[in-house]
Amino acid sequence: MSERLSVLKTYKLFVGGKFPRSESGRVYEVTDAKGKWLANAPLASRKDARDAVVAARKAFGGWSGATAYNRGQILYRVAEMLEGRRGQFVAEVAEAEGLSKSKAGLQVDTAIDRWVWYAGWSDKVAQIAGAANPVAGPYFNLSTPEPTGVVAVLAPQESSFLGLVSVIAPAIVTGNTAVVVAGERAPLPALSLGEVLATSDLPGGVVNVLSGRTAEIAAPLASHQDVNAIDLAGADPELATELERAAAENLKRVLRPQPVDWTAAPDTARLLTFLETKTVWHPTGA
Amino acid sequence: MPVFEYAPAPESRAVVDIAPSYGLFIDGEFAGAGDGKVFKTLSPSSEEVLSEVAQAGAEDVDRAVKAARKAFGTWSALPGSERAKYLFRIARIIQERSRELAVLESLDNGKPIRESRDADLPLVAAHFFYYAGWADKLAYAVRGRSALNGTSGADPRPLGVAGQVIPWNFPLLMLAWKIAPALATGNTVVLKPAETTPLSALFFADICRQAGLPKGVVNIVTGDGSTGAELVGHPGIDKVAFTGSTEVGKAIARTVAGTRKKVTLELGGKAANIVFDDAPVDQAVEGIIGGIFFNQGHVCCAGSRLLVQESVQDELLDALKRRMGTLRVGDPLDKNTDIGAINSAEQLARIRSLADAGEAEGAERWAPACELPSSGYWFAPTLFTGVTQAHRIAREEIFGPVLSVLTFRTPEEAVAKANNTPYGLSAGIWTEKGSRILWMANKLRAGVVWSNTFNKFDPASPFGGYKESGYGREGGRHGLEAYLDV
Repeated sequence: MSERLSVLKTYKLFVGGKFPRSESGRVYEVTDAKGKWLANAPLASRKDARDAVVAARKAFGGWSGATAYNRGQILYRVAEMLEGRRGQFVAEVAEAEGLSKSKAGLQVDTAIDRWVWYAGWSDKVAQIAGAANPVAGPYFNLSTPEPTGVVAVLAPQESSFLGLVSVIAPAIVTGNTAVVVAGERAPLPALSLGEVLATSDLPGGVVNVLSGRTAEIAAPLASHQDVNAIDLAGADPELATELERAAAENLKRVLRPQPVDWTAAPDTARLLTFLETKTVWHPTGA
Repeated sequence: MPVFEYAPAPESRAVVDIAPSYGLFIDGEFAGAGDGKVFKTLSPSSEEVLSEVAQAGAEDVDRAVKAARKAFGTWSALPGSERAKYLFRIARIIQERSRELAVLESLDNGKPIRESRDADLPLVAAHFFYYAGWADKLAYAVRGRSALNGTSGADPRPLGVAGQVIPWNFPLLMLAWKIAPALATGNTVVLKPAETTPLSALFFADICRQAGLPKGVVNIVTGDGSTGAELVGHPGIDKVAFTGSTEVGKAIARTVAGTRKKVTLELGGKAANIVFDDAPVDQAVEGIIGGIFFNQGHVCCAGSRLLVQESVQDELLDALKRRMGTLRVGDPLDKNTDIGAINSAEQLARIRSLADAGEAEGAERWAPACELPSSGYWFAPTLFTGVTQAHRIAREEIFGPVLSVLTFRTPEEAVAKANNTPYGLSAGIWTEKGSRILWMANKLRAGVVWSNTFNKFDPASPFGGYKESGYGREGGRHGLEAYLDV
């Protein structure tokens, strides 16, 4: 009996809740750690990046305006969907990073647990990042955190799934929307994450995933006038400097790349980076 | 309405003794610039030369940064409770010398003595008091972060040397906003005051002397934009704090790209002051007047766009014009003065050119009959009606006593118009309906929202913008994060 021929998946971008190919029609070869062909991933273009920003902006009003409880529920739902697809992600991470099944399994489990950790922050972050301010006058004065807006996220190159989850979840749980550039060499777990997000009640456009050359896609995002912030986790120092300079044009909030042990439990730094503090005053009086 | 005559009520300038020249304050000593360059600082209300100050060059800035670096080790190692006492001393000395400093500020800046005496100086002292109390409580300052670097319970660490560049609109207050949190957290500073208003920072150096502050903890380098650029670009600083124009803010953001310098930027604004048809007209008018004419409109969070609901436009504008007619423009040292001098000839030219563009683009210009002094830099309080969102006077920061009036019909339209700007520093809402205030406050993309009030400041209240109005917050617990390694 001959072995059954498997059905291969066509990996596609995830933009505005849909799965388009790159408008450029380009793909690039993705291989495993040993050089064996895995898939042809879309080689996203500058135009794909701009389309993703439009989708993210369109989603921002609804997502940032949703109740914190609702955002937390949806993120928890994502974790449930991830758990159901655990086997698939373990296989993809093992191939992408050249890990054993058990080591890849640990990465995926940690990623799912991290997603749950961030999900719970949705309705708590305002209570640690906000403040009631005792001003010297007859005024009510309250500071609350609000999402910055559209965040461009360059996913870490060295951690195709755990690192990816660790940069997406903190950005969106507070109400930001994201354009994510998957790790260049190992984009498949990121593209598969799009399939999970599409079936988790997450509104289309809240997370958009692009694959391709990081430098090519990141440049139009860093200089885009309708992007409010950029996480440079996946940029090398030279590219990061260039992108930070471009980001100055509309004063994007920039998170510079730094060495991170993705397996270690995070603190709230990433969560608090893409927030603006709004302070509201009102007179008091009978 | 009867017009009252006011007898002049000038504050005496005898309380302030301005030296004919000042050097740079580096490592606890005043000394001239290495290359001997100086520039003059004028009183904008009379164009009289007040003093000559040193123009710091690259070598001077380097010397100041090295002095601050040298002082950092000892200063940051002091127990917070000791640093606190220095700041409390500074706060007290500012209170003791507040009359002198208020007169000095009005002379060098042109702002009315009523404002420097009743707003600037009390806020300066309060800011030092507020942050003094934080110096020994830093372990509680940054909530929601787990133990830093794995060491449970450790105080957050200061950054090192802060390079701080401040504007001319609130010289001493902006100095306080910069220096108080920096010192409380254990950083040392090199501060560059604005070219047109260097004097109060140099007087502050004397306050540091009186307080016995260790030398090198605070260094003051005077100069123009080139001095600021030297400071911001200096490889020996760990932190940049800038308040000023969005254009310079962007240049700074480019300069620090690829470095480890932490940056906070407080930049321009084009705030909408939104008046609904149920707002109490007289209160709203006072808020609009204070919002745009406070400090000659030289305020980054000024309510420079009045958005008035169409149904009350006529009533509101009548009341507003009536009130504008009572504003007294003139001698900053006169206690009756509401609007002082424009800070510089350059700023006056910019205000004039934008006001002219307003007329040229078809908006209707109005100003009350108002006699302006013959010398100095002056601009009458001015109002434009028939302004559209495309007009330059609705888009660009004028930074002067010029109000652009636009109208709206629905709350949604008010929000859309208010947010239609690259800036996002502040906004005002006037309505008696509580739920509408909260809905509007939620929708407005601005760092400070004043409802049924405007232009209120407090050291406990975080201040700072969204979008191109900059990033980071000054004031309150949030203001500490800008100076801590978190």
